[in-house]
Amino acid sequence: MSVKVLYFANLRETLGYSHETLTLPAGIATLGDLRAHLARRGGVWEALGEGRNVRAAINQEMVGPDVAVADRDEIAFFPPVTGG
Amino acid sequence: MSEIQRQFDSVAVQEADFDVGAEIAALSAGRADVGAVASFVGLVRADKLSGEGSAVSAMTLEHYPGMTEKSLEAIVTEAYGRWSLLGTRVIHRFGRLVPGERIVFVGVASSHRGDAFAACEFIMDYLKTRAPFWKKEDTPEGGRWVDAREADDDAASRWDACD
Repeated sequence: MSVKVLYFANLRETLGYSHETLTLPAGIATLGDLRAHLARRGGVWEALGEGRNVRAAINQEMVGPDVAVADRDEIAFFPPVTGG
Repeated sequence: MSEIQRQFDSVAVQEADFDVGAEIAALSAGRADVGAVASFVGLVRADKLSGEGSAVSAMTLEHYPGMTEKSLEAIVTEAYGRWSLLGTRVIHRFGRLVPGERIVFVGVASSHRGDAFAACEFIMDYLKTRAPFWKKEDTPEGGRWVDAREADDDAASRWDACD
């Protein structure tokens, strides 16, 4: 399963990536699994760790950690929004 | 034009400034059923940072192209479901803006003022917590990402209570 992952705002700056294409190992079924998988890279990636205030979207819809990820999904991680 | 099309054409995410008078006028142009137009304009403030003496000299707004437009359309659609509306217009700018510049416009047309006022405030409250925009302030000490405010979550959640 391959997904596109996008990062925004201070998360993008912290991680040093705006996007990447990832081939997911077996066992990653949900958004929460993917986030934990990324956080396990360590270092700056701990910004995605449990307890950090990070929001996420799948295919441009804001969703929670239990939502399943599918092949070719566009997944985004970002801090709480501050527009307006 | 169908109701759905009109809602979706009403959202714009752009770098350019907008003409408030023209936007307000367009909400009732050529029609006699609109009895009320409520509008909101958000501006960049030259805030002092907490505990520091330096003011914000500019800010840069980042967004998520595609999702930002979709989320604004969803908010407008929800407003149409809650109130009797005859037209809406939401414009949100991105890029670098200096104090005094306009950031956001929300305009709502309805038969009566109650629905127009309520829907305008609802759209702003939901936009603040749901539309993917992020502000970074330029200060003499460097860039600083603005933190989300709990007060904005509270403002948005009070609309849940009146369902």
